[in-house]
Amino acid sequence: MPHLVTIDNVDMRYGGAAGTLAVSGLTMKVGKGEFAAVVGPSGCGKSTLMKLVTGLHIPQSGVVIVADKQVTKPVSIVGMAFQNPTMLPWRTTLDNILLPLEIVERHRHRLRANKKEYVEKAEHLLETVGLKGFGSKFPWQLSGGMQQRANLCRALIHEPELLMLDEPFGALDAFTREELWCVIRDLHAAQGVTIILVTHDLREATFLADRIFVMSARPGKVLKEHAVPFARPRDLEVMYEKAFNDMVHELHGEIASARVVA
Amino acid sequence: MSVVTENTATSATPAKPLAQRINWVKLAPWLYTIGLFVAWELLVIVLQTPPTILPAPSRVFQAIVQYWSPIWKNSLQTLYTTTVGFAIAVVAGLAIGLFIGWSKAIYAGLYPLMIGFNAIPKVALVPILVIWFGIGAVPAILTAFLISFFPIVVNVATGLATIEPETEDVLRALGAKKLDIMLKVGIPRSMPYFFGSLKVAITLAFVGSVVSETVASNYGLGNMMSSAQSQFNVPLVFAGLLMLAVEGIAMYALMAWIEMRMTGWAHRSTMSQ
Repeated sequence: MPHLVTIDNVDMRYGGAAGTLAVSGLTMKVGKGEFAAVVGPSGCGKSTLMKLVTGLHIPQSGVVIVADKQVTKPVSIVGMAFQNPTMLPWRTTLDNILLPLEIVERHRHRLRANKKEYVEKAEHLLETVGLKGFGSKFPWQLSGGMQQRANLCRALIHEPELLMLDEPFGALDAFTREELWCVIRDLHAAQGVTIILVTHDLREATFLADRIFVMSARPGKVLKEHAVPFARPRDLEVMYEKAFNDMVHELHGEIASARVVA
Repeated sequence: MSVVTENTATSATPAKPLAQRINWVKLAPWLYTIGLFVAWELLVIVLQTPPTILPAPSRVFQAIVQYWSPIWKNSLQTLYTTTVGFAIAVVAGLAIGLFIGWSKAIYAGLYPLMIGFNAIPKVALVPILVIWFGIGAVPAILTAFLISFFPIVVNVATGLATIEPETEDVLRALGAKKLDIMLKVGIPRSMPYFFGSLKVAITLAFVGSVVSETVASNYGLGNMMSSAQSQFNVPLVFAGLLMLAVEGIAMYALMAWIEMRMTGWAHRSTMSQ
């Protein structure tokens, strides 16, 4: 399987030579179309990983390669979604979702002429995540879960090859979270997009991912890599199987010991 | 007799008593204003203060009628200097606010200067303005401008400086330039702050123009009040104050209305459903 993301022996330090070393000797590879999850104790540099892969930070040493190119500036083939949906309150949900198209170089000059086509695409995405007919609503008229669905649409509208999710479901209640896990699962299956999910929730990681990276405490590096064996498509019921719980248990143990070392 | 009352109670929908049909909240500003004038009038009657110390409102209204022509002329003059100064403040404040909010370095560098400048009492600047521009409308306009542009600058700059870092990350990862982020997020985001600051700025603009007119002008309410005061025409001084209050309320209401019209999305609690 060709790799979409390759991170090779990367160091990233904030605030000059004497600053905090956020990640050190970080190495990981994510294949094209793969669903990777990154778990670890808090402060392990998961957000730094996000910024390295998207090109918002350039590492002091080591190499980040995304889609066969070394990352030296923001990569723009990536969609991002954070825990905070950050919808712009003065735009309708539909206009919020169309926002990336006004930015990304290859779409922004086509947007005005092909508005109808793009709106159709946005509405199709809204339907996929279960928000059909909500495009004309303002974000603050939607519930938290609905905003996060719209946030996913915005991250996907420009057909990114890579989707970076930073704890996107952290602020939601348990049932909404499970619903959105299924939404993400189906999006991944239908669109063939590569996804890197940064999360604290081990069940979420195990349910969604093909491969789980366990990171150490700061300075972060990959301690262990797990391939998740459960067959796709996965049903929520898989979470009540023994093998699933054993895996979550094992991950939990690894992170607990990583915390103690720190 | 009893039969009749029973009939009206059951057949016709009972008319609510008068007190319940009145919208007290809507009426409250008027009632409180009338209440203030009544209390003032009573105070003057009880204490028997002479009109040269504190004229009764009835006496003030009488002065308004008596001197209507100069009051009207000077009110328009003050309104003119205030709105021109305010308009310059809006344009300059918006421009400087956007400039300051553009980058952290500019923000850090100019902010202390702005605060220092704002701390200078604007009345102290009037003599300088008179040296530069002579007596008349120009110092009044400039004082109104100088005093009212600061809150606009600070609010616009704050709106720009408090963009959520996640929003910025999402857009920058897509290849957005600084200008893209400002146009798509920063400026729309600072608009509620901007329109909110207009309400503060317009009232300050009146302070500026009247101060300047009092010290250095032959026109305007400030000048009218200071000359009335030198003639011990205290009812006319109060008439001037009353006119200023009316103009201030009217302009404030106008700004509040513009704010509601332009940035309704920021007042979500009143708009949603």
